[in-house]
Amino acid sequence: MSAPGLVATALRIARKDLAIEFRTRSAFLSALVLSLLAIVIFYFAWDPTAVGPAVLAPGVLWVTFTFSGLLGLHRSFGVEAEDGAMDALLVAPVPREAIFLGKALANLAFVLGVQAVSLPALALFYNLPVGSAAVPLAAVLVLAAVGLVAIGTLFAGVAANTRLAELLLPVLALPFFVPVVMPAAQATARLLAGRPLAETMDWLRVLIAFDLVFCWACMVVFPHTLDD
Amino acid sequence: MSFAPVVSATGLRRTFGAQRAVDGVDLALGAGECLALFGPNGAGKTTLLRLLAGLARPTAGHARIGDVALPEAAARARVGLISHKTMLYEALTARENVRFAADLHGLADPTHATAAVLEALAVAGRADVPVRALSRGMRQRVAVARAVVHAPDVILCDEPYTGLDEVGAAALTALLRARQAAGAALVLVTHHLQEGLALATQVAVMRGGRFVHTAPGRAVDPATFAATYRSLVA
Repeated sequence: MSAPGLVATALRIARKDLAIEFRTRSAFLSALVLSLLAIVIFYFAWDPTAVGPAVLAPGVLWVTFTFSGLLGLHRSFGVEAEDGAMDALLVAPVPREAIFLGKALANLAFVLGVQAVSLPALALFYNLPVGSAAVPLAAVLVLAAVGLVAIGTLFAGVAANTRLAELLLPVLALPFFVPVVMPAAQATARLLAGRPLAETMDWLRVLIAFDLVFCWACMVVFPHTLDD
Repeated sequence: MSFAPVVSATGLRRTFGAQRAVDGVDLALGAGECLALFGPNGAGKTTLLRLLAGLARPTAGHARIGDVALPEAAARARVGLISHKTMLYEALTARENVRFAADLHGLADPTHATAAVLEALAVAGRADVPVRALSRGMRQRVAVARAVVHAPDVILCDEPYTGLDEVGAAALTALLRARQAAGAALVLVTHHLQEGLALATQVAVMRGGRFVHTAPGRAVDPATFAATYRSLVA
């Protein structure tokens, strides 16, 4: 008997979390409904004679993804708190970094799933020319999702140990989302406006830099959040 | 031949602010020994178990599993924790919950180990039912299976009989006896003197974070101990 390594353990934890979400679908459906409702509400509040769709859509996109993602992030540690399951995870001989990585991978799948449904809906409502910018836009979405998930997973773990987890998570996480959402929104705006790809590259580099910093920092800090 | 404890603690202390939940506990259990730990609510029993499981860090002192200090992963790998909380995922089946624990411990044949422990606890017939659809007693059996699937050297039990009917309680006692006979050390926290004394090789009464009474378990007369216990916790 030898304890599995960090990546193998993380994959098992991610698979377990996704299996639970697949069976209950509670967080995914909630996030999807919230996302679609936000798109619809923004659409009916929009005056197309005052603001063009390519100007408004990046803001709508990132407000929608940021808040809908929070639902899944909260849920990821909620399942561990239900009947003390976190204790069983912590007694097992697994590195705490593997718990973070596993939760983050499952959360990434969750956020990308919400994005995969919401983005076509947004393109449909705002008649956006996504086709020509599809590949770089997908890269922006994935890179931003990585950063948001790293930060969100850390703070979901912190908030899960409190009685006000649902309220505390957005308060803690949203300020740290800003450095990720800002370059993502800027890059999205340029791509949807049909600007040359070169104009987007600087923002993509900023996004990648924040991803690296946040992924490293969150994985280092996370184990300390679990101390009793 | 020297005594080599499977689980030991020296000067173990845990404070929460000014409150000393565990206050200088020493213990040493060898292979096949069982410490039955009694005490009123708030005596520090659960905190002591959390320290011995590596779930909480001591304010002072240290605990070891074999010669490895907690909370090292190598020490935690030899511990099984049974609590009044089931520590299960309700959306997963009993088999999936136990298999997940077996996977985390890196068992060579997790499928077989999972099936064997579910069989031993008479859960095999309901193994593929989601935990949320199981009765409280059946969930507790699955929780026990999850805790012992890796055949731990130390089994920490915090009110393990919670929710179990007679059949379930008998299956748990048989399983704990079998693990004890195989060399596992047990720490059994319970409010039920008979259940605790049935397995104990040592007994201790805890109050205010300290052991206020200890005795060899085999020599304890249940009636006499009950009277002693009542006087100690009154």
